[in-house]
Amino acid sequence: MASTTGVKPSDGVANRSGHDPDERGHFGRYGGRFVPEALVAALDELSAAYEKARHDEEFLAELDRLHRDYTGRPSPLTDAPKLGEHAGGARILLKREDLNHTGSHKINNVLGQALLTKRMGKKRVIAETGAGQHGVATATACALLDLECIVYMGEVDTARQALNVARMRLLGATVVPVKTGSRTLKDAINEALRDWVTNVDSTHYLLGTVAGPHPFPVMVRDFHRVIGMEAREQVLERTGALPDAVVACVGGGSNAIGIFHAFIDEPSVRLIGFEPGGDGVETGRHGATLAEGSPGALHGAMSYLLQDEDGQTSESYSISAGLDYPGVGPEHALLKDIGRAEYQPVTDAEAMEAFSLLSRTEGIIPAIESAHAVAGAIRLGRELGRDATILVNLSGRGDKDVDTAAKWFGMIAEDESAEDADGTAIADGGRA
Amino acid sequence: MTVADVFACCAADDRGALVGYLPAGYPTVDDSVDLMNAMVEGGCDLIEVGIPYSDPVMDGPTIQVAAETALRNGIRLRDVLTVVERISAAGGSAVVMTYFNPVLRYGVDAFARDLASAGGLGVITPDLIPDEADEWLAASQTHGLDRIFLVAPSSTEERIASTVAACTGFVYATSIMGVTGARDSVADVAPEIVARTRPHTSLPIGVGLGVRSAAQAEQVASFADAVIVGSAFVTAATDRGTDGVRDLAAELAGGVRRAGTRTPA
Repeated sequence: MASTTGVKPSDGVANRSGHDPDERGHFGRYGGRFVPEALVAALDELSAAYEKARHDEEFLAELDRLHRDYTGRPSPLTDAPKLGEHAGGARILLKREDLNHTGSHKINNVLGQALLTKRMGKKRVIAETGAGQHGVATATACALLDLECIVYMGEVDTARQALNVARMRLLGATVVPVKTGSRTLKDAINEALRDWVTNVDSTHYLLGTVAGPHPFPVMVRDFHRVIGMEAREQVLERTGALPDAVVACVGGGSNAIGIFHAFIDEPSVRLIGFEPGGDGVETGRHGATLAEGSPGALHGAMSYLLQDEDGQTSESYSISAGLDYPGVGPEHALLKDIGRAEYQPVTDAEAMEAFSLLSRTEGIIPAIESAHAVAGAIRLGRELGRDATILVNLSGRGDKDVDTAAKWFGMIAEDESAEDADGTAIADGGRA
Repeated sequence: MTVADVFACCAADDRGALVGYLPAGYPTVDDSVDLMNAMVEGGCDLIEVGIPYSDPVMDGPTIQVAAETALRNGIRLRDVLTVVERISAAGGSAVVMTYFNPVLRYGVDAFARDLASAGGLGVITPDLIPDEADEWLAASQTHGLDRIFLVAPSSTEERIASTVAACTGFVYATSIMGVTGARDSVADVAPEIVARTRPHTSLPIGVGLGVRSAAQAEQVASFADAVIVGSAFVTAATDRGTDGVRDLAAELAGGVRRAGTRTPA
């Protein structure tokens, strides 16, 4: 049965949340703008354009039309009873953002910002990407809306996500491998910021998560609020009650904030973000920023981050390129401090076990990022038991991760692995 | 000595100031002290001691690589304070250039206190705007440090006014839209941003980003009160060590002298 959700994708944009930051973008002590002065004019321009667009019927209608006819919204809600058997018998409901066009939730934000780019009269878009999901979504929107697209991607990630590099190039985007620093998402953001400082007149930085300077955390969140708004109606319709818990994976935190927001004022609903525990937080090789980090300023905002005692950013690690980031969105930092949301690490091994389990029990191959949320739901279900209902944001699909997973599970030998466009062997992930 | 004294001495000499940047700890702590002392000997009036940072978004490849080298060689924040102390003890005048997170982590007030006691005169903050700087404004006031914020060609009149109102010592005007790195020519927008800033402040205005030659230094000194050079010094240090930076400082200082006192706007 088709979902009867009456939610419009633009509702999260048009209707102000009760949890907006102050005028300068502060969520409590977090957020704000820790940026070079050179970028302030562009951020002010973006804030003004967004504020105007959210009251503009034409913009909202265009966003709704694209999400209906192009993205394929609303995304379905899928019962996962066989997975539930492995989760203490709890009822597990999957919000299927993996079924969106381009294969993840990222398109929600990208279409909104791409439309804004057009309205600001800019013709060039830059973006960062980790797993490639945001890069692919951005390349897609730029192809659709005739925008030049440059995607910065750490060299480590271009290797472990070679298929997504090819996808972006097929869509007409230029992919720039970033060879500085740790050569992952953090450094891709640095390089995008350097490009933006240099080309700010012609260029929009289409940031892919709820981090960065104001207005990105609030604007990106609003474009993703549709996830939770739809899911809330769908869960109520399906079960007649609110879920006991809503869970999501957290890298920068965009899919999590998108689904959390519709439940934030429901104290009975636990909100739990699962962060990349990598090899285990005790090894130091992880990306569990909220669980293990401390407050500081990175990439334009005050939030939690992984840092050493001199304030140098620590290198994060995760099997999942999309979660491999030492920072996190400022609203999550506030939700943690006030105790409204909980954040727990999930290791590579737990995530890959969940990846396999969901594939085999329900016929759904999740993105490794989303597998962290599935693993968290299994853990939580065992804790809460069979009366519990757990809503999981299945933020992306796993096609891009097949090579990594096949190596993890020993299904193909290391030397049979795919090669990327530059001829570099995909190096990461083999552990089995 | 204060930053104002440095500029007053230069003015008494009928010229602008030459400000030279190098990252502390590049390539090692001791080497960086020698290099900075050589900059002073060559004719730099003020030394900008950079704190190497893992995520320098305002820096181009030259300074990024130098910062990475310094970090790899183990530079710590307390070493930066030692570098400042040694430059000051040798008779140089030093301000610190730092991204804000290392200061936050150290503790804003503690950092101001320790920098002042090391003899540092102020701090240039490329990713801190006055809007977010309440704690730093208070700490710099308490410990008598100058706070140098940046204005950019993209800054509106309102932002120029509010930024210079928060500055003490001097105002740092970025000559171009972009990151640090030596360039062949200084952009046309440099005189314009200085001219737009001038009516809002009586503080000296320094121009940075892209300067590497005596001719450029002379050109910039004709409309600005200070010429700020960074990447070119890093390259000189990498290629020819103390002799390289001493020679470059002398060459740039010659350019600044040839410009004389800037033409009044």
